[in-house]
Amino acid sequence: MKVAISAKGKELDDEIDPRFGRAAYFIIVDPKTMEFKAVDNRQNIEAMQGAGIQAARTVAEEGAGLLITGHCGPKAFMTLQAAKVNVAVNVTGTVREAVEKFKKGEISYAASPNVEGHWR
Amino acid sequence: MVISIASGKGGTGKTTVGVNLAVSLDKQVRFFDCDVEEPNAHLFLKPIINERTAVKTFIPEIDFTRCTYCGKCGEICQFNAIAVLKDYVLTFPELCHSCRGCLFVCPEKAVRESSRELGVIEQGRAEQVEFIHGRLRIGEAMSPPLIRAVKERIDKRQINIIDAPPGTSCPVIAALKGADFALLVTEPTPFGLNDLILAVEAVRALKMPLGAVLNRAGNHDGGVQSYLARENIPLLLEIPMDRKIAEAYSRGQMIVDVMPEWKEKFRGLYQKIEDILNGRK
Repeated sequence: MKVAISAKGKELDDEIDPRFGRAAYFIIVDPKTMEFKAVDNRQNIEAMQGAGIQAARTVAEEGAGLLITGHCGPKAFMTLQAAKVNVAVNVTGTVREAVEKFKKGEISYAASPNVEGHWR
Repeated sequence: MVISIASGKGGTGKTTVGVNLAVSLDKQVRFFDCDVEEPNAHLFLKPIINERTAVKTFIPEIDFTRCTYCGKCGEICQFNAIAVLKDYVLTFPELCHSCRGCLFVCPEKAVRESSRELGVIEQGRAEQVEFIHGRLRIGEAMSPPLIRAVKERIDKRQINIIDAPPGTSCPVIAALKGADFALLVTEPTPFGLNDLILAVEAVRALKMPLGAVLNRAGNHDGGVQSYLARENIPLLLEIPMDRKIAEAYSRGQMIVDVMPEWKEKFRGLYQKIEDILNGRK
């Protein structure tokens, strides 16, 4: 299973971006081989609204089964659930550290969004 | 005749000017409270409401028996209100701006018309004033379509007074558009002047004739009068800072309720607006 991580940069040693919808990049990693690719999220950063929804679509389209991030709002969470992508929130450190935690079974899945929406 | 009352800054006295003007004229007046996020003119006019209509707006609904998940509806949506996944489509009605682009581009006719309630229009009577206002549904973020629906009840043969929301954003433009005259209410403070300037810029972009009312006028005017003179904007009425007016307001009374002699001044205000418009013809 591939893992998507919201990141401030394009490399494994870059820090996790706590924002999901408006993160700078998504790093898509195969935890077994540590092969990865960075997906530029620039288009969403400038979105008027619904950045989380589109970010969730991007992560799903990249074939990730798990998203590791800082904050995830209700609409992004709903979209990820519909796309059958699990979510882990409040994770800090670098992308590499997050993957290591995942491999050791130290990442737990969120059952609900951990921040409120911007609209209501 | 349609007069729209706007201000830039909130709390300058739009409603005060609007309701007093409405009851001072010995003519058929239709009063529209277009500040649909927080309508308050009814507190002063105290109309008897006899009609209530829900206003709805288009939102898409997906017919999953037809949808092929091609993604065209999601691509055209500039507001991210549709997310097409590989075997599911999510819609977010509260993000939808009702452009119907999704309905238009769907090759499978899988997008159907549905609706969400924006709010209600209430209409009634307060003596000689026909009263109409909109009330935005709590939680609703989009007010311009409701404001436009309220304004559909304008009767050009009568005098229509529109109480606009404060600010200079989309709801204000929706309330101003199509009016014959913009009456800007301001106060003698730096904030009043700053927001008056913004409102004047908005009205000028709409190419509408305009005039000003200075409310709570006192010893110093915060530079409002010199600004108006510089910009050639007529100051049509000054309402003084008067405890009697403030006390009346706090009880839900109009100026003309406690000082009937003010009816003459509001009639004069209307006359000046008519003169300006006639001079333009």
